[in-house]
Amino acid sequence: MQRRRVLTFGSAGLGAIGLTLFAGWWQVDGPGAAQSDRLRPLALSDMNFRMVDHEGITVTPQSLVGRATMVFFGFTYCPDVCPTTLSDISLWLDDLGNDADELNVVFITVDSERDTVDAMADYVSYFHPAIRGWVGVSDQIAQAADDFRANYEKVPLEDGDYTMNHTASVFLFNPTGEFVSTIDYHEQREFAVPKIRRALKSGADTTS
Amino acid sequence: MRLTAKNTLLAGVLSAFGLTAILSAPVLAGGNDVVVEDAWSRASIGSNRPGVAYMTIRNTGNEAVTLTSIRTDLARMPEIHQTSTNAEGVSSMAPAGELEIAPGGFVALEPGGLHAMLMRLQRPMIEGERFTLTLIFADGAEKTVNVPIFGIAARGPES
Repeated sequence: MQRRRVLTFGSAGLGAIGLTLFAGWWQVDGPGAAQSDRLRPLALSDMNFRMVDHEGITVTPQSLVGRATMVFFGFTYCPDVCPTTLSDISLWLDDLGNDADELNVVFITVDSERDTVDAMADYVSYFHPAIRGWVGVSDQIAQAADDFRANYEKVPLEDGDYTMNHTASVFLFNPTGEFVSTIDYHEQREFAVPKIRRALKSGADTTS
Repeated sequence: MRLTAKNTLLAGVLSAFGLTAILSAPVLAGGNDVVVEDAWSRASIGSNRPGVAYMTIRNTGNEAVTLTSIRTDLARMPEIHQTSTNAEGVSSMAPAGELEIAPGGFVALEPGGLHAMLMRLQRPMIEGERFTLTLIFADGAEKTVNVPIFGIAARGPES
């Protein structure tokens, strides 16, 4: 990319080339890169929270290390985005076939008030059996979102109830627990499954 | 009797009103020009959580129609909502307000976008059952839709 730019702007003089290269470096590797809208999640082993899964077992991000991991934030009172994403995930898992056995799939609630262990157990039972639901107290949910660089916010509805805004991307980690990529909401399914396969194959020596 | 200028004017105004009333008649029947396709919904877990319904609303008429509200005996507070996802990947949901559908145009209520949010469910939405949802338009026309309920993990009208 930079080589092409050099060729394109070659006749414009060395100053322009230098400026172009500098601008490219600034945006890709330099201080400008840190300004991108999204921060990378921490490695699972560097995260620091504790929750309970839908079977009542205490879980931590460290308990996921050893297998590739897919994580999605949501809440069980979510009428549109969460069931849609969970049914997408269920389809991806069907596509992966036996390879899905090598994958942790975790749905983390952002709604500490309403999502109890029982509510979560009931909810995840309608989707692919590999999906684990994690619930927790509010400060642990806040820490989890922080570690994943995810956002959520409680929003009152007109009827006195509330809904939750939340990051709807699916996070992918390799078996050693390093962040690999995200599958964004509305991303085409043909891109999603290869991304998951890449996370599954991404070994200890490949951290990108 | 001779018509005075004043009377002529009055007659003109009256007939103009009459004409308007006649011309308005097809507009008042705007709901008849609305066709709803591919309506579907997902089963709920109990009745505490809001339900959702999706469909394509097509305006086959020559006048724009404006969907102002929805009504169903299934939910005390049904409302069209819009889900949107920002550059940071955060999804949020808000009332969509009135939806104008141009002549020959359509509005798609589909996962991750516009949807009929069924708040305050009066009873659980059970897979395999159906319910009726009435679309109410600005001209007073109404269109009642029979919506099938699919499973919680359903993805579309074909499920």
